[in-house]
Amino acid sequence: MRAIKIIEPGPLATVQDRGRFGFRDKGVPVCGAVDQQAYRLGNLLAGNLFDAASIEITLGGFVAQFLGEAYFALTGAQTEARLNGRPLSTWKRHFGRIGEVIETGPPVSGLRTYLAVDGGIDVSPVMGSRSTFLRGGLGGLEGRALRKKDLLFFGDAPREDVTGKIFEIPAELVPAYGASAVLRVIPGPQIGRISPRGIDTFFSSEFVVSNRTDRMGSILCGPAIALACGADIISGSAFPGAVQIPGNGQPVVLGNDCQTTGGYVLAASVIDVDLSFAAQLFPGATVRFAEASLDEARLAFLKNEYRLKTLREKLKAGGRKCEWT
Amino acid sequence: MAKLKIYFGGPAERAPLCSSDKAPEKWGVYPQPRVFLCGDTGVSVEFGDEIDPEINRLVRRLYKRLSTGAFSGIIDMGPAYCSLFIRYDPGVCSLERLLCIIEENLETAGGAGEGFERIVEVPVCYGGEFGPDIGEVANFHGIDEGEVAAFHAAPLYQVYMIGFILGFPYLGGLDSRLYTPRKKEPGNAPAGSIGIADRQSGIYPVASPAGWWIVGMTPLKVFDLLREKPFLFEAGDTVRFRQITREEFESYKNH
Repeated sequence: MRAIKIIEPGPLATVQDRGRFGFRDKGVPVCGAVDQQAYRLGNLLAGNLFDAASIEITLGGFVAQFLGEAYFALTGAQTEARLNGRPLSTWKRHFGRIGEVIETGPPVSGLRTYLAVDGGIDVSPVMGSRSTFLRGGLGGLEGRALRKKDLLFFGDAPREDVTGKIFEIPAELVPAYGASAVLRVIPGPQIGRISPRGIDTFFSSEFVVSNRTDRMGSILCGPAIALACGADIISGSAFPGAVQIPGNGQPVVLGNDCQTTGGYVLAASVIDVDLSFAAQLFPGATVRFAEASLDEARLAFLKNEYRLKTLREKLKAGGRKCEWT
Repeated sequence: MAKLKIYFGGPAERAPLCSSDKAPEKWGVYPQPRVFLCGDTGVSVEFGDEIDPEINRLVRRLYKRLSTGAFSGIIDMGPAYCSLFIRYDPGVCSLERLLCIIEENLETAGGAGEGFERIVEVPVCYGGEFGPDIGEVANFHGIDEGEVAAFHAAPLYQVYMIGFILGFPYLGGLDSRLYTPRKKEPGNAPAGSIGIADRQSGIYPVASPAGWWIVGMTPLKVFDLLREKPFLFEAGDTVRFRQITREEFESYKNH
């Protein structure tokens, strides 16, 4: 039996993947790993060729026991992790043996850590995805957060034979999630609804991440952003990474479980490569917004995809550069 | 090159976005749709700026045309009242290409759009524990509870869009005598609750927090994962409510 048993899920642990696409027209949010970059790198380390389901661990406190052997990796928020008491480094491939216990402590920086296993977590896909939609009670394991004694089986997702190979993400590719972040945003779709003074406040102020941070979004505290007119608009689409300005002027960075539609002003949208940093904002961290051009965002996007591709090829080749003993 | 223009919503290019602009409150259908950027992986194509069947038809028309699966790079789409959100993969499809695809699939304002064709009948039991807010709505308008039910059940409604959560239909067509501002303090609505807020009505598919006034409940399941078609509604449907008694409600439930 290839499986893992949850001993302690911590504040919140869920099964997540790339996301649920194609059901937005029915009001189904994307869901999936909030930090897609960390999630994808985790899968790469575990040897999975495609994006298999992983466990998203929020704020650490997660303890589980391997009931079968598997290559695995921890990526995302920096945490003091242990395997049977031995320190475990993040962003590196490890091998779990039957009976071994994995533990992750509270994150040193960041919010969400991903546990990827070779073959992926095997839960039934719902509408084409294994990701958990908590508010809708579907996907993942019975549509809910993981609990003590839950048993998660490993799947058979296509993967590389990584026997005996050790691999880690090169240091320059490991994101540094600090206590302060600058998120690059593209103005729009409704920046025209913010007053000129409000736009100035938005780009020149520092905001603090509040306790009200979950998979739906992070509410930020700071100087109120003045709207040009009312906060209510005809309900339009809402999407992860959008920065919403409600009537009280306190921005909300929308997360992967955000509603598909909303009646609030969306001032700007975090560019794709910076969503990973938005995902790791923990309560008390500070955020600034910087304006990015579409060209800048596109270049960063393509560069990142190229790096991931190169890394995958390196991993496939299993050259000496990737091996440590 | 695509002729469609990207709008940033800046003051210079801003048509009246709000009444304080001293322009007509309703701009109606735009002469040409406006494309707004939603980050580097999404766009919103806006056809107008009011809740209007014609504008919504244009949204759904473009949505249908682009949903054939023939356009690689389009990952996800969501039609709303006046706009269509398109998420794309910039690694597969550039924004320029996407704009060309959109342009080729546009329908002119006068052309044949999608109608509101399919009629879905929804039985509702009004008031009591099924519609805990019906008394307050009645008080607000100075009418009695029976009138709230009658006014709500009478018109045909259009499903303008699905959103909020798992198949929630946003219904247009509410009797103006029932226009009610949203609740100040959101409450909780069980699955099947029929709510009204502002000029809209809607049905809660699953239990959730609700800022709308709950006036009744349907025994139908708006969302049922085990059903062949899990979602009862889609954008473009017409909804007819039918008032039922508590006994009928119970017998529906026991089916």
